[in-house]
Amino acid sequence: MTDSSVQERSSAQLTPETLVEMYRVMVLSRRLDERAWVLHRQGKIAFHISAIGHEACQVAAAFAIQRGVDFVYPYYRDLTLCLALGITPLHFMLSLFGKEGEISSNARQMPSHFSHRALNIVSGSSSVATQVPHAAGTAFAIQYRHKIGLTRPDDATQPRLALTCLGEGSTSQGEWHEGMNWAGVHKLPFICLVQNNRYAISVPYEQQSAMPNVADRAAGYGVKGIVVDGNDVLESYDALRLAAERAYSGEGATLIEAKTYRPVPHSSDDDDRSYRSREEVESWKKKDPILRYQNTLLARGLLTPEAIEDINQRAVTEVDEAHRTAENAPYPSIASLYGSVYAPLEDD
Amino acid sequence: MSVRNMTLIQAITEAMDEELQRDSRVFITGEDVGPRGGVFRATLGLHEKYGSDRIVDSPLAELSIVAIGIGAAVGGLRPICEIQFSDFIWPAFNQILSEAARMYYRSNGTWNVPMVIRAPYGGGVSGGLYHSQSVEAFFAHIPGLKIVIPSTPQDAKGLLKSAVRDPNPVMFFEPKKGYRAIKGDVPDEEYTVPIGPARIAREGSDLSIYCYGMMAHYCMIAAEKVAREDGIQAEVVDLRTLLPVDKAAILKSFKKTGKALIVYEDNLTMGYGSEVASILADEGFQYMDGPIKRLAAPDVPGVAFSHPLQEEYMLNPDKIAAAIRDLVKY
Repeated sequence: MTDSSVQERSSAQLTPETLVEMYRVMVLSRRLDERAWVLHRQGKIAFHISAIGHEACQVAAAFAIQRGVDFVYPYYRDLTLCLALGITPLHFMLSLFGKEGEISSNARQMPSHFSHRALNIVSGSSSVATQVPHAAGTAFAIQYRHKIGLTRPDDATQPRLALTCLGEGSTSQGEWHEGMNWAGVHKLPFICLVQNNRYAISVPYEQQSAMPNVADRAAGYGVKGIVVDGNDVLESYDALRLAAERAYSGEGATLIEAKTYRPVPHSSDDDDRSYRSREEVESWKKKDPILRYQNTLLARGLLTPEAIEDINQRAVTEVDEAHRTAENAPYPSIASLYGSVYAPLEDD
Repeated sequence: MSVRNMTLIQAITEAMDEELQRDSRVFITGEDVGPRGGVFRATLGLHEKYGSDRIVDSPLAELSIVAIGIGAAVGGLRPICEIQFSDFIWPAFNQILSEAARMYYRSNGTWNVPMVIRAPYGGGVSGGLYHSQSVEAFFAHIPGLKIVIPSTPQDAKGLLKSAVRDPNPVMFFEPKKGYRAIKGDVPDEEYTVPIGPARIAREGSDLSIYCYGMMAHYCMIAAEKVAREDGIQAEVVDLRTLLPVDKAAILKSFKKTGKALIVYEDNLTMGYGSEVASILADEGFQYMDGPIKRLAAPDVPGVAFSHPLQEEYMLNPDKIAAAIRDLVKY
């Protein structure tokens, strides 16, 4: 059942430093993202797929788990999530330009196919929802290690949950169903964050599902379902923190649906004017998650106009540097095309 | 060296038992693998011995069996995933092609998927279109996978143990018609058989027969028959590993005999034997002393159920013997 009334306000426990840090990551993500659009318009990069509009629920997800320890299976729109986990602007810029040293794949994959072994961010493909049963499988591995005594359940230095993200469009895939089903059957330490931006490229939600909420489907899998305002950082954080606590304490899986909006086209190859009105897009821009969060922090006295300007300026500088470095970086060697097809045999 | 005589499926069960014993990260999942011991009894007794934490009955959904395996492997385990019949592997095809096989490459060698996908394959068991397929050619086109098809209990045990220890996704196709029909000696002591090298199952000088799985078993019977009845000495090359292919062994035998008969149970067109023929034509041209022949199933969409139709579809030692006799005439 949908449980939209999150009782525990765990966001109240966040320190002022953390609250501002979350804001900083969102601003950095936005500046980086905007630069990518510009680079594409200039013909300097081949492709960009954006996180604009999704920053709130993504930053909340990162801060609700053990960052860099718990397993994360992101999707292509998770720039903010991955920045919060430790992917750097330079990593991202190298992926946009397809340059040597790109962290996820050494530029084999298109941009925004995030992976980072040391941060337990797991590589994904472009086939949507394929990562959902992977995350359930990794959650199964975590639970297995606890059951047979390979890892202690309370050891926070070890991964204790698997989080995956996808768009609402991807929940039409059978893979989503099969992954959710395993998560329910085995009560896995698993979080599925559906970022519902109302469009599967051009197809509106009403043509994807007859259910009012994606999270309503949680009941079909015997997992907890929660709907949140995905443009509200703290509301999203409360839900994700609850899901993380449930995973850590063995209570099982949680499906969170973050209602949000993508005020930009699906990708640099899309033109959204063919499927939605400018009025609709403009109305959502008024609900911009960064502006909303900024106002919250201003009202609480945690930010000042000067601090906002400083954070923004530092983000622009960081993006400038990453942009310059990546543009001047070499391409991967031609020989690298042939590497790492098979992992070498290990000494047993 | 002390040995025990056992069936192919007993060897497979023993391999899994020993690997479960050796490494607590190894677990099995699939349909009915638990208390039932699998529909073919490949996991017989393992649930009783290792419990439901490690021998995990899956929901009836092949995609999830493979995908959960991928995630578990990423999470540090060593899954053995059973697909009940290779005919039912197709819902998982995208997971194998786009995910398991590409994880290592697409992460620039940082994430790998050490998992085994076991699947019984092949016809001649009154299984009709959907319990008889040979599926190996679809997977042999995918860099990043390893593909193993054993034909003897000794190889089955040793290769499966290697597959469990391999850091890559390994497709392990088992000739189900041979599960109990094929028997052989298996060493008592611990051993593995490396993935990769082909095995010369029978030495000969008149022609080379390239084969694997159930057809390797039949080719051995056919080779003995033509030796007995016609004095023909066929060399039988049991490929064992289809990916990566043992080109050196294929060419070495061809250099010796100059004639090649490639036998596979799958449909003729674009079957695995077509790749073997291509290797011979490309790199063994100077040894060629006759047409490179493929003997395979007709290009109809599946194995028919009715007995005489099934027999017409399937190869057998007599059909193979006839093809041997035709080829040595050159």
